[in-house]
Amino acid sequence: MSENCAARLTVNGSPEDFLGDPRRSLLDFLRLDLKLTGTKKGCDHGQCGACTVLVNGQRINSCLSLAVMHDGDEITTIEGLGPASALSELQRAFVTHDGFQCGYCTPGQICSAKAMLDELAAGWPSAVTKDLTSGPIPSDEELSERMSGNLCRCGAYPNIIDAIRAVMQAEEPA
Amino acid sequence: MRAFDYARATEAAEAVGSDARLLAGGTNLLDLMKLEVETPARVLDINRTGLDRIEADGEGLRIGALVSNSACAADARVRADWPLLAQAILAGASPQLRNKATMAGNLCQRTRCQYFMRTDTRCNKREPGSGCDALEGVNRNHAILGASEACIATYPGDMAVALAALDAWVEIDSPSGRRSVALREFHRLPNGIAHRDNVLEPGEIITAITLPAPVRGRQIYRKVRERSSYAFALVSVALVLRMDAGRIAAAQLAFGGLAHKPWTDSRVAEALLGQKPSPALFDKAADLLLSGAQGQGENDFKIPLARRTLAAVLHDATKE
Repeated sequence: MSENCAARLTVNGSPEDFLGDPRRSLLDFLRLDLKLTGTKKGCDHGQCGACTVLVNGQRINSCLSLAVMHDGDEITTIEGLGPASALSELQRAFVTHDGFQCGYCTPGQICSAKAMLDELAAGWPSAVTKDLTSGPIPSDEELSERMSGNLCRCGAYPNIIDAIRAVMQAEEPA
Repeated sequence: MRAFDYARATEAAEAVGSDARLLAGGTNLLDLMKLEVETPARVLDINRTGLDRIEADGEGLRIGALVSNSACAADARVRADWPLLAQAILAGASPQLRNKATMAGNLCQRTRCQYFMRTDTRCNKREPGSGCDALEGVNRNHAILGASEACIATYPGDMAVALAALDAWVEIDSPSGRRSVALREFHRLPNGIAHRDNVLEPGEIITAITLPAPVRGRQIYRKVRERSSYAFALVSVALVLRMDAGRIAAAQLAFGGLAHKPWTDSRVAEALLGQKPSPALFDKAADLLLSGAQGQGENDFKIPLARRTLAAVLHDATKE
């Protein structure tokens, strides 16, 4: 039972081999084996979003996935979006707009926001999209709904939306 | 989490006849395994089996079992011709979960309540014959239709409610060949065997969900819940309705949050057909839907809530 299983992943651009108990979650593999502790464990049951990472560009809860399931996948964590010496636009905007207080949910919020902007650009609808066929208009209601998988118990939601909106405006074609 | 043997399948045929639990997105199964509510000895990862395409099927659509919920809701054909399905998927879970959750996995998510999720309580679904602590316990989210003394949990999904209203079918590969089950018959009620949520047999795998040709008319999925996002339905209504010369010419309905399965009742649509919309007519439809409704105390409010939600959806679907 639970004999060692193998998978080769790419994490933040580097090849990484997983070899171990299949019960290892992707989250624990990142934090405990690769020492990438930016990704946080909140509820460990897919309810809070603190563990959000990107898998092949899409956001998922890394707590509800096994490392061994990700053979061949490309994983991006908060460390991959930008190290402290070279923050990405979203990371800088969260700082500028006070998009956090305690900061525990922040890596998940930023990874989630990164993928959310890509989903918007691809025209994906959400539960509050008025016209499913013409695509979303990025209102505050849209942004809140799309970020609803990431809880912030400090209640920094308005500033998180401000930070995301600042990045959207900066990226708008002139 | 209990220890298990893990294997990766490269084609769906490996799952047929297998005694392993099939692992797709894992958003429900792995959660339940962490709680040791699910304790499979063998797990077969079917994510690499290629069942992830959406294809035309005559005038209908064949949605592969492993298409993600996000991909289905974003598909241009689904949004244009079966918007009810996109609405229902988007009303459920969170973006992260919808990216991982699959069509077949969503169908197979467990009918459950908080007692099922805790191994220190009595639950006939988790441990057959042990009893049901929800009957005398916290039962605000529980069933008002089709429940039994064995289990009063509700099927928590939204997607399957829309699929029931759209008359979808479930394509299943089994050791004796391929079979198809109407979505409306796929999930089961708890009488007799509370621990079985659906009619899938051991050794079977869902390969696709098929939608018949698009139905003309308005398509509305209305979900009432405790908060505006990322919560299960207290009551939901899925409706496809077409008007003709001021009368209801076609109506297909299904309901979530009310029962152990997506709830359908042909009498409701029959009462609406050929009629001019009116509050009295909507009330009559609700009378039929709720004639056998039974509250458990904390969830008594669902009976008037279902009545009002149905009336609101019918009003919206029939207005000029």
